[in-house]
Amino acid sequence: MNYVFPNELHVTWTVMIVLYPYITGLVAGSFIVSSLYHVFGQKELKPIARFSLASAFVFLLFATMPLLIHLGHPERAFNMMITPHFTSAMAGFGYIYGSYMILVALEIWFVMRGDFIARARGGGPVAWFCRALVLFNTDDTPATREADHRIVKFLAGLGIPLACTLHGYVGFLFGSIKANPWWATPLMFVIFIFSAIVSGISVLIFHYFVVSRINRWKIDAECVKSLGRYLWGFMMVAVALELMELLSLAYEQTEATDVLGHLIRTRLFFSYVILQFMLCSLVPFVMLGITALFKLKERTAYLLIWLSSCLLLLQVLLMRWNVVVGGQLVSKSMRGFTDYFPGIWEKEGLITAVVIFTLPFGLLYVFHRLVSLFPDAEKLPEIKSGA
Amino acid sequence: MPCDDRISRRQMIKRLAAGAPVALLVTVFPRLAFGGDRKPGEKRPLYAYAVDVSRCIGCCACMRACRAENDVPAGFFRTWVERFRVRGNGEVLVDVAATDGFVFKAAPDEDIVKAFFVPKLCNHCEKSVCSQVCPVGASYESPEGVVLVDKKHCVGCGYCVQACPYGTRFIDPVSHTAGKCTLCYHRIVRGELPACVLACPKGARMFGDLHDPKSHLSIFLRQRRYRVLKPEMGTHPKCYYTDLDLEVI
Ligand code: SF4
Ligand code: SF4
Repeated sequence: MNYVFPNELHVTWTVMIVLYPYITGLVAGSFIVSSLYHVFGQKELKPIARFSLASAFVFLLFATMPLLIHLGHPERAFNMMITPHFTSAMAGFGYIYGSYMILVALEIWFVMRGDFIARARGGGPVAWFCRALVLFNTDDTPATREADHRIVKFLAGLGIPLACTLHGYVGFLFGSIKANPWWATPLMFVIFIFSAIVSGISVLIFHYFVVSRINRWKIDAECVKSLGRYLWGFMMVAVALELMELLSLAYEQTEATDVLGHLIRTRLFFSYVILQFMLCSLVPFVMLGITALFKLKERTAYLLIWLSSCLLLLQVLLMRWNVVVGGQLVSKSMRGFTDYFPGIWEKEGLITAVVIFTLPFGLLYVFHRLVSLFPDAEKLPEIKSGA
Repeated sequence: MPCDDRISRRQMIKRLAAGAPVALLVTVFPRLAFGGDRKPGEKRPLYAYAVDVSRCIGCCACMRACRAENDVPAGFFRTWVERFRVRGNGEVLVDVAATDGFVFKAAPDEDIVKAFFVPKLCNHCEKSVCSQVCPVGASYESPEGVVLVDKKHCVGCGYCVQACPYGTRFIDPVSHTAGKCTLCYHRIVRGELPACVLACPKGARMFGDLHDPKSHLSIFLRQRRYRVLKPEMGTHPKCYYTDLDLEVI
């Protein structure tokens, strides 16, 4: 028996709303990695500290894009800030997002002020742009650097609770919907924070390996191994939280248990059980465990860490899909399920999603051309052919 | 010059400060005392709805009337009628009529032991969670207890669609804003009945003022046992159902 309320045949929140928490998760995760270096003094993360901050910034720039594409009236988006309705969880979005954006932009500015000043010398449009960026103050002495450093530390510290707020808040948007049994759990926002950190670390590892390979840079072993260990730890917490949620759902045997059990066994079986848990959680868990506990050849360890990061990036995307779409598949009549798969070319379809997701990487490249995001990268020695 | 400037600014602030209580008195006091546009002593109505399930014959005249009155976009529903059929083995079959109504077979081939129809619509909840979650306040409760959407302000985020536990909202594909039952607000403010109530040939749908003890609805609710849908959601629906079976969610 499959009955859904007639208005539920249309799924309201599309793949754009899957992408939105995914991208904000990458922001929060990348930011936390940079703060591990700036605030908690994890020196081995230095090679990636700038890159992680820049990643947080560019992802943040694009985080609202899927939302704007989704809104029926994007031209009224600012109504949320001009006429906020504070009983709504969503009303806080603009403020939280805005303040976080200011903080990350300021932190980047202070971290890279020296580099902007270096680029500001000479003529040409780029130099002019950099001069404007440093507000025509090209003072760069040990004393100014020291002051910048202190400010960065403060901002990075302040940013941690704000990053958790930004992403925990996204989880809360779903977790507070009492009408939806698949969403309504107070654990939702903790799950979202941890999965955000997992996706953030994963995207940094993934990207670091790719750019190092392209540029023939030497990979910093300490940095990668440390990231691998963090990833292992955070993914364990993230997956454990989700499993706890499932366990209590199954054990409590409430009205929702039947319908949600059915959801997991049928509509979400492939994307949730097979892909999210089996392939993309269990496999990286084992692989990262091996790299953390055993001494492996460097190449093997790198390969395992990189593969794990790819799988975990996918895992978090699947998690967002299973939450956002999965929750809407269950009818509020508790008697059936609807269907959804995005079209390829439609406005909120797959091509749009892919484009939105690739844009930040392009911007990161431009950023890197402006100031180096890997200032300490060493070139691998040239291997001469025939030598 | 800067000095003059400062003086004029101070004067401005003083004037504003003096003006504020006057403005407050002029705008707020009459509202507090007389309730806005009402005459003194007149009580504002509190509109609500009732469905006598045992009277509904599933003709779907209400759905057609609603569509005609409110220009509801195809594929979406401000109100609908569910058909429940219970088999001998306890299995429950539920379906909903297409726009033209249900298809009835002359001789049912299934072992149906019980069947009934349940009209559904927005419950105009007293604690409407849809209004609570609207980030811009475009979803709101009118002073008469009718839950409405300001189409000029709605951003079309769909949060209210997710939040309503009854599936009564949708995003209108034409206006790209939230759509829902308005209890035919344009009619009821003129003292007319909602289109669905007027169209129902069996009087299964009722509308009235809860504040008026002599209204048809108040009398009906005093005489009959009723319940609301999903009371556990804490939304305090104002659509009351009599003779509702346990199967209905
Ligand atoms: S039934 Fe749904 S749309 Fe209507 S008032 Fe209640 S929560 Fe809002
Ligand atoms: S769709 Fe419109 S009415 Fe509904 S929550 Fe969003 S802004 Fe408010």
